[in-house]
Amino acid sequence: MAGKPKLHYTKGRGKMESIRWLLAAAGVEFEEEFIETKEDLEKLRNDGVLLFQQVPMVEIDGMRMVQTRAILSYIAAKYNLYGKDLKERAWIDMYVEGTTDLMGMIMYLPFQPADTKEKNLALIIERATTRYFPVYEKALKDHGQDYLVGNKLSWADIHLLEAILMVEECKPDVLSAFPLLQAFKGRISNIPTIKKFLQPGSQRKPPTDEKFVALVRKIFNI
Amino acid sequence: MSGKPKLHYFNGRGRMEPIRWLLAAAGVEFEESFLEKKEDLTKLQKDGFLLFQQVPMVEIDGMKMVQTRAIANYIAMKYNLYGKDLKERALIDMYVEGMFDLNELLMSYGFQPADKKEQHFATMVDKATNRYFPVFEKALKDHGKDFLVGNQLSRADVQLLEIILMAEECKPDILAKFPLLQSFKARISNIPTIKKFLQPGSQRKPPIREEDVAKVMKIFY
Repeated sequence: MAGKPKLHYTKGRGKMESIRWLLAAAGVEFEEEFIETKEDLEKLRNDGVLLFQQVPMVEIDGMRMVQTRAILSYIAAKYNLYGKDLKERAWIDMYVEGTTDLMGMIMYLPFQPADTKEKNLALIIERATTRYFPVYEKALKDHGQDYLVGNKLSWADIHLLEAILMVEECKPDVLSAFPLLQAFKGRISNIPTIKKFLQPGSQRKPPTDEKFVALVRKIFNI
Repeated sequence: MSGKPKLHYFNGRGRMEPIRWLLAAAGVEFEESFLEKKEDLTKLQKDGFLLFQQVPMVEIDGMKMVQTRAIANYIAMKYNLYGKDLKERALIDMYVEGMFDLNELLMSYGFQPADKKEQHFATMVDKATNRYFPVFEKALKDHGKDFLVGNQLSRADVQLLEIILMAEECKPDILAKFPLLQSFKARISNIPTIKKFLQPGSQRKPPIREEDVAKVMKIFY
């Protein structure tokens, strides 16, 4: 047994990407086993290794963890990225749920019918710039510190950087009205583990393209 | 300030119900402020009380907490319903996330358009009986203990009871093939704080009635 966490998912972002980010930021090496066909998924199901018959699944510390949030919470707590007490955790949880909602919208975009794409993209940008980014900009402004919570790197910072980069892929100048988020982006991107993850050749996955959408539809029957 | 948590939501289950269950199970008294029309929501938004402009929002311990899971996590931790260590928490989280997924299906049933209801109902029953309930039945069978995780009451047990009762409202015999869940249901229902919550007159909300769906939609859309 390698001892490294092992990720089971398709070779794309989806719901696993946030987990890859968090492990990478924590400096944890991990392996990946990619589901490439329907049969690969069926095999995992038939082997009884997916608690609710779904992926993501991560083999970690003797567990076969499923459910994205459960996995993320475990990693965050284990690697001290979850604040120092209950109140800090509460803030991290609130912030992370916001970025989860935003990234969820972007994740589903390639799967929407072609004639709704433009409208959905506009909604994503609207939500990003009027509902979500202002919250994080204000948080940074109010305390004037480098990190969102507790003056220390946490899951919230890593998740926010991931969200920022995803939205920028939709609209490159989306941070134009958010100077503190721009500085935040520069700062967090420069953290050595994260800088490494952002370089070509890392386990970070590219944006979803049409070919990947077709594959996912086939494997998951959606 | 009363010191009691104050819940802001419409007068129905929706996404606030698991939070009501947790507080009640923990024996924590709480107040509720109900949104009845759109203006109630816009007022909260304009007053800057809703971090992401959304409810649920719970005023608790000097915070205005939003996001269902963040709120539930906080309450569970505070009142020792989250296991004793990281590994127990991991298992509780996995179970609870599965329950949240099933809860989405159950909760949204009342809001489906008429032509989608039948399919939605079939999906709900299928997922409950083939994907979710077998997992919890097996967990109870494997360790033979009274509670899902760590031999003590946790949020997983509270949420499972909530889900079971909601599923039974849709299909009364839905636990027919799950004897351990049937005894679990009785056992957890008998815990004094939960028993009290299950009695008429408590803050537990009924399923949404068809005639109220339009009113709720108007608040949010």
